[in-house]
Amino acid sequence: MTEESLPPLTERLSALRWLRQNLFSSWGNSLLTVLAAWLLWVSGKSLLIWTFVDARWQVVAANLRLLLIGQYPAEQAWRLWISMLLLIFLTGNSLGLWTKSRKFLAALAIFPLALALIPFEMEQRLWLLGLALAGALGWLAGHSAGARTSSRSGTSRAFENVVIVGWLIWIPIFILLLRGLTLEGEGWMPLVTTNLWGGLLLTFLLTIVAIVVSFPLGVLLALGRRSELPVVRWFSIGYIELVRGVPLIAVLFMAQLMLPLFLPAGVTVDRVLRAAVGITLFSAAYLAENVRGGLQAIPKGQFEAAYALGLGGFQTMLFIILPQALRLIIPILVGQFIALFKDTALVSIVGLFDLLGIAKTVLAQPEFLGYQREVYAFISLLYWVISYGMSYLSQQLEIALNVGKR
Amino acid sequence: MRKLFAVFAGLTVISLLLAACGTAAPAASNGAPVIQTVVVTVEVPVTAAPAAPVVVAPAGYGETLKAVQARGKLVCGVNSQVPGFGYVDSAGSYSGFDVDYCRALAAAIFGDATKVEFRAVSAKERFTALQSGEIDVLSRNTTWTLVRDTELGGNFVHTTFYDGQGMMVKKESGITDLKGLDGGTICVQTGTTTELNLADVMATQGISYTPAVFDDADSTFAAYAEGRCDAVTTDKSGLVSRRAVLADPANHVILDVTMSKEPLGPMVRHGDDQWFDIVQWTVFALFFGEEFGITSANVDEQKSSATAPEAKRFFGLEGDMGLKLGLTNDWGYNIIKQVGNYEEVYNRNLGPDTLTYIPRGLNNLYTNGGLLYAPPVH
Repeated sequence: MTEESLPPLTERLSALRWLRQNLFSSWGNSLLTVLAAWLLWVSGKSLLIWTFVDARWQVVAANLRLLLIGQYPAEQAWRLWISMLLLIFLTGNSLGLWTKSRKFLAALAIFPLALALIPFEMEQRLWLLGLALAGALGWLAGHSAGARTSSRSGTSRAFENVVIVGWLIWIPIFILLLRGLTLEGEGWMPLVTTNLWGGLLLTFLLTIVAIVVSFPLGVLLALGRRSELPVVRWFSIGYIELVRGVPLIAVLFMAQLMLPLFLPAGVTVDRVLRAAVGITLFSAAYLAENVRGGLQAIPKGQFEAAYALGLGGFQTMLFIILPQALRLIIPILVGQFIALFKDTALVSIVGLFDLLGIAKTVLAQPEFLGYQREVYAFISLLYWVISYGMSYLSQQLEIALNVGKR
Repeated sequence: MRKLFAVFAGLTVISLLLAACGTAAPAASNGAPVIQTVVVTVEVPVTAAPAAPVVVAPAGYGETLKAVQARGKLVCGVNSQVPGFGYVDSAGSYSGFDVDYCRALAAAIFGDATKVEFRAVSAKERFTALQSGEIDVLSRNTTWTLVRDTELGGNFVHTTFYDGQGMMVKKESGITDLKGLDGGTICVQTGTTTELNLADVMATQGISYTPAVFDDADSTFAAYAEGRCDAVTTDKSGLVSRRAVLADPANHVILDVTMSKEPLGPMVRHGDDQWFDIVQWTVFALFFGEEFGITSANVDEQKSSATAPEAKRFFGLEGDMGLKLGLTNDWGYNIIKQVGNYEEVYNRNLGPDTLTYIPRGLNNLYTNGGLLYAPPVH
């Protein structure tokens, strides 16, 4: 702290003074405050009453497992919990390492603990407890390693690499755990076929796969479009413009309806895989254009400086241009990933049980016919929480990378 | 100009590649010996306009059963969004009338009704899924029509549920027939035969109306409940179950008009007659069980005390009926034992004790004034 200048002093207000200063500073403002409060109450009253009095949330309680993991066998759910443990541990690690704020430690521990207060079965509550522990431990480990970063010591560098590798191998581990290692119905980790994957789990999986695979594809396409080799350039332009010219739902229909007819008889490609490939290829085209926007923002001097230092074209791109370009487009990328997350809901139209698809199935249960409002409100909330979470984390990433302050 | 040329050249190469992929692909069945070369001919549309029907040459006789047995389970295409016919219950397993039919078929083939993998297929993809071999049989409240029986490359096996399109209106509207709807708005689900039937019937009778179309049944009925249309139309089975869950069921009437015949039943691919027979006789076994009073509760007793020749043949005690189908001789016994007869299946899903009660109407034995009639087991 000694080298950095301290921030200017700010006045700390009591609640009463805050109210007075911000809401009731003059007669006119007081009147406006009262009017606004009244309008809020009038417009929000029926929503509040519905949420806490009229809504029949038992449909969500009875189908919670279905909405979250679809028809995934309950006795195999431990595999998903393990994936979650690893995920939250890695998240804690990263947050502890790259941001200094202690509020994440609290958040990582408190969210699962708060969920554990809901009267689930004991097993689920124990797992949630485990999640809280894993998150806190991950944060502490990351933080203690990050504390030594000031000197840029070798150990913290190594730790950073470990965390990055951890993220990279988490996805295959997740998919392996999800799918299983042994034969169907046998062994300690039997195969769970993809037609049982559903609910939030499937939405989540499609999003992750699409993001992780379309990102490198998109960067390559963006570079290809700027390439001086005509074949590469024309291919990239053709691909990008072709894909951007069709709606995602058309791509999904092609994958689900046309592709099976083109394949030789007896050869079938898994439906979930088909949908994932469709979404990924679609997303890559848009990503490519976003990345190209970032590349164009890099001044020519950067290239020239890199060449003057003796770097080759490949090294220039990898070490000088791309890091700057990608940092510039973080808000756009996150916007695209959030849109992608919500676009996965389209797979419900082609018969997959993602969060929206399973919700429609829940609504066909005879005992819950006519519960549309409750079910759709619940899945909207889930979509919102996750979208907002992605947006919030990206803002933290921007702060950590110091994007805004240049 | 040169650039333009390059674009066209690229497009031509791509379409040639596509065309090459499409023609004359060799048949490859999952490890099973290839008995007959299957030539798949696919018309690749050059323009983006809707293609002419895609013609897939049939898999050979007996291939489907072999593939199913090698796989160890039946893959059955079902609906996942129709109360009473096909949906996923809170415990995560499939339920419904069409679903139970799949279980009966699995019981006939494997002697184990659980050896079936359900595949939810949407209204749009169901026929493709059947053609491409992704599912072995389609049991998804599909109406038997001429086009579907021919051009779409499938065969309807037998009707398991006789339905008909109806119209529901609010009681206070005082409407008693279709004429009363002149100038009104009608809620209807798009992409189904329902929409076409409505247009046909109204055109024939010269009644003008405004259709309000929706993509799924939920929104269609929600719109009707909110009063956005004067009437709602779908199959009568759907109207009955949907009316039960409206806020005020007594205030809605189903008009006494039947706008269409809707025979619903399972469908198989063209070209494998043995498989067609198995799927068909599974339906008949359900009818047979009800006609002869064989239920899942008394089937063991009935089998041991069977004296009538037809019952003996059904139970596999004589005549090798199952072997003629390519199955084991206890196929009929397994169906009734594990799934029940038609009446049990019906009452479990659509009977008076369920929330989706539909009076049996035409779906009754011929002896009770219905249309269910099983050929003799000879």
